[in-house]
Amino acid sequence: MSLASLTKPWAATSYGFLDASAKRELRRKMLKAIAVPGCQMPYASREVPMARGWGTGGLQVTLTLVNPASTIKVIDQGADDGVNAASIRRFISRVSGAGETWDTLEASIIQSRHRVPEETMREDQILVLQVPNPEPLRGVEPNMSIARQMHADADYGRLWLTLYEQLVRKGRIMQGAAYPSLVNGRHVMTPSPIPRWDVPKLNMAKHLTFLSAGREKRLHAVPPYTKVEPLVFSDRPYRVEDHQDLVCRRSGIAGYFMNEIPQDDGSSSFEVSDSNLGIKAIRRAEGETVDIGQTWYRGGEFSA
Amino acid sequence: MSIDMSVSPAPLLPPQLMQTEALLTMRGLSRSYGAVRALRNVDVTVYPGEVMGVVGESGSGKSTLLRMMNLEDTPDRGDYRLRLPDRDDGNLFDLGRYQRRMLSAHHIGIVYQNPHLGLLMRHSSSGNVAERLLIAGERSFDVLRSKARDALDASEFPLDRMDARPAELSGGMQQRVQLAKAIALEPALLLLDEPTTGLDVSVQALVLDTLKRLQRDRHITMVLVSHDLGVIRTMADRVLVMRHGEVVEQGLADQVFQDPQHPYTQQLVHAKL
Repeated sequence: MSLASLTKPWAATSYGFLDASAKRELRRKMLKAIAVPGCQMPYASREVPMARGWGTGGLQVTLTLVNPASTIKVIDQGADDGVNAASIRRFISRVSGAGETWDTLEASIIQSRHRVPEETMREDQILVLQVPNPEPLRGVEPNMSIARQMHADADYGRLWLTLYEQLVRKGRIMQGAAYPSLVNGRHVMTPSPIPRWDVPKLNMAKHLTFLSAGREKRLHAVPPYTKVEPLVFSDRPYRVEDHQDLVCRRSGIAGYFMNEIPQDDGSSSFEVSDSNLGIKAIRRAEGETVDIGQTWYRGGEFSA
Repeated sequence: MSIDMSVSPAPLLPPQLMQTEALLTMRGLSRSYGAVRALRNVDVTVYPGEVMGVVGESGSGKSTLLRMMNLEDTPDRGDYRLRLPDRDDGNLFDLGRYQRRMLSAHHIGIVYQNPHLGLLMRHSSSGNVAERLLIAGERSFDVLRSKARDALDASEFPLDRMDARPAELSGGMQQRVQLAKAIALEPALLLLDEPTTGLDVSVQALVLDTLKRLQRDRHITMVLVSHDLGVIRTMADRVLVMRHGEVVEQGLADQVFQDPQHPYTQQLVHAKL
């Protein structure tokens, strides 16, 4: 008698690293998050082979969604070739059999840290944003129980007050990233630390967005065609970063969100933050046939 | 010969209020915290435009009663009605927590003895007033500024300091910010929980002057809780005396102070005098 004769032959029972019960729990929470847009759902965040704070929340959602027919794109601050993005993409592919890509148009699941791609996403695509702090009220109410009660009461007066104070003290709203936004007219969410430039891309978007925080063990979602409205005063319109006129030094494209590269002489040059869009533009300029999708911003103006 | 120490259950009213429908009516209010009975079958009626003073020793239930009026707490039993234009909510204690909170935010203002309870110390004074307006749904920055300025001005707060943080202000100024916050939405009812306690006499007088002027100009209905009979005598039209969670006497301020009926009230008045 051997151990092999006493046990069933090995067979793959689950895609994507997480066991079936973990994925079932996550799926339920993800469905609840879709049902109540912008509302934070607690979940039992599992251990994954990555340190907390490096995208474990996004990874768990992606691992729950992924299957061998999926095509995965992972972005870190706009770039596909960062160590973190490359490692996560390779890991997801290895444990699920999913294909890898840098191209937004080819991807079925896009996991991202702090950016939404510049090319417009479709209904058959899912965006998974990694979120360090899912609680928009954290800055105004450190007590989590009270913050939860405030969400239940739609009591966002203090968030508004923070914006009021910024206008009083600085003359403009200083919130650069993670701009608090009202989802479906009910819950205020933090859209993860995406720049203000990216927040309009979530409004009435065709794609489904999940926002997941592994360390904080909460996720929320923006279903397709759902209103996402940044909190703004009626007489102080929402403003995105002034990147409309900046030109990428490598690809020459303009009208997109740029990374600022400080120069030795004190000046700055700029590179398009969505690195894949820049690469595509360079290849097209070199004469290759490259498919560049429609973009959210055209001529520096949001138009989707 | 025995002396009847009971007090008439129907309080006398100033002549101008005799035909007026009550703004606030509380009936049979009882509240216990463990073994402590904070309120025992309390009945209160407040008429539009009057100042009702509530006096009593520490632990007599004054602040509990005020918390009930502000809908911060609910009793074990009792009925609370507010006569507000275009709405009839029935017993307010039967409303859900959120509805109670919204009703309180829109129609009731409160000034606490401790400014830390009523103010956000790290925000500007105008921001504290604006918060009230924001909760009520105001979303225009310019309107918020303008209304906050008006409320602070009405509270006689120096407008050149309207963006100073309350933590940088004196106690009297902090109370004025609280007052501005409380009146920003022109509430039907203004609750004042020992608003002058801890202030020196000259500042007390200034705050009381402001309150009297507000009451005169805007006809705001006020419920003023204080253990300082001098403050109550200065401000109140009618007085309600509490002891051990019960109302032991109520009536016109002059009547209660000149001719107290209940032994406790007599003791209180004479101790003061």
